[in-house]
Amino acid sequence: MRKTFETEIQALKDELILLGSMVEQQILDSVEALKKRDIDAARRIYETDSKINAKRYAIEEQVMILIATQQPMAHDLRLLASILEVAGELERMGDYAKGIATVNLRMGNEPLLKPLIDIPRMAQKGTDMLHRALTAFINEDVEAARAIPAEDDEVDALYTQVYRELMTFVLHDPSTIDRANYMLWTAHNLERVADRVTNICERTVFIATGEIQEIPSSNIDEKLRK
Amino acid sequence: MTMQLMTDIKHATNSNAPIKVDVKNLDVHYGSFRALREIDLSIREKQITAIIGPSGCGKSTLLRSFNRMNDLTFGCRMSGEIRLDAQDILAPGVDVVDIRRRVGMVFQRPNPFPKSIYDNVAYGPRLYGLRRRSDLDAIVERSLKSAALWDEVKDKLGQSGFSLSGGQQQRLCIARALAVEPEVILMDEPASALDPISTLRIEELMHDLAHDYTIIIVTHNMQQAARVSDFTAMMMIDDQRAGRMIEFDQTNIIFTRPKDKRTEDYVTGRFG
Repeated sequence: MRKTFETEIQALKDELILLGSMVEQQILDSVEALKKRDIDAARRIYETDSKINAKRYAIEEQVMILIATQQPMAHDLRLLASILEVAGELERMGDYAKGIATVNLRMGNEPLLKPLIDIPRMAQKGTDMLHRALTAFINEDVEAARAIPAEDDEVDALYTQVYRELMTFVLHDPSTIDRANYMLWTAHNLERVADRVTNICERTVFIATGEIQEIPSSNIDEKLRK
Repeated sequence: MTMQLMTDIKHATNSNAPIKVDVKNLDVHYGSFRALREIDLSIREKQITAIIGPSGCGKSTLLRSFNRMNDLTFGCRMSGEIRLDAQDILAPGVDVVDIRRRVGMVFQRPNPFPKSIYDNVAYGPRLYGLRRRSDLDAIVERSLKSAALWDEVKDKLGQSGFSLSGGQQQRLCIARALAVEPEVILMDEPASALDPISTLRIEELMHDLAHDYTIIIVTHNMQQAARVSDFTAMMMIDDQRAGRMIEFDQTNIIFTRPKDKRTEDYVTGRFG
């Protein structure tokens, strides 16, 4: 029953996976390009970003068509609404990669303040979380979705580490402030990627339970609250 | 990502499919009453086209023009052109019986003949002169399989068609239509007398049939049109109560961004 609808939902999930893998690659590529100060690669990131945006809009349109023509209810409706949300999250994560490419282009001929070590780790960790969060979303694996956001602490810890290290450079020689800022900007973008992974996980729980729950992602948040 | 891509769409909308039925400037009169005015419509091959619109807008009249069923209504006159492939089926001297073989029809209420399941399906082929039992057996089996009914009736082909449920009877009528190997299948509210589950079965069946046949469906049920069809034709009556074609486009477009305000009002339930 409803074979056609099922097939179309599956096709939509496939598209979402493709979008996710484009974004993952884009984040890794943007950091790699910065690491190597590869300007051509940074320009390619811009081009790919347009493709990512186009795919997000295509998914959005397809979701709207399915809502309009197939009258989804209950689980199906939650799934389609969540795909809409997740496609948006992925597209924004793509924008963070583009932001890193912007840093690369803006730096012009300036060398990096220091070799990148923690920043590629942040990218690795963030994209790994993204990959697993999207897999959990597609498989509606609530357990995995509830567990992933806690890993955000690792990314936050790396971010704090990058921040402290950069501050030592700036304190030592204030003329490094611009170059330090470029790196901080990059790290901040990667930190945001991991934050958005949490939103994907929340949607996975929503599809299964029908309830939107905030999944606590970070001890730092908790501490600040107290 | 390593996840396997599993997309397997059997039937897909193809807006480049060749045109199977081409309607140009069609007018239909019942006596002095003009029921349809200046209808233009291109039906694409092996696609599902839905005709929607408020009651009395001429949907069924248009559908019944495609196999000249309107001829059976007293005082009916048609002008304009309906081309089935290259042939104008409104032209004088056309073999109407042949047209009705090529363009089959399924009605609103299941209407099996008061005969066995087997004889219902074999009826058409026999009418066209087929006698050999083995040929008929093959046609009956193939038609019932195409209509997704074979597994449910293969052990009781001798039983009356009326012994089946409403949904099964409708699939029997579809099998009966398929038995004469039509090219186009007209469906006039084929699921309006059926429960929701049987309705979904018929809709899935339509998708399967669209591999081999061009399907035109008239339905009051807009959601059904949205679910099953590739193209949607929106009709309305004008101020002289003649049915007109308001908008025709891909179903996806009609239900998400129709161009005509009247279509928008109709599909959003604000009119009709």
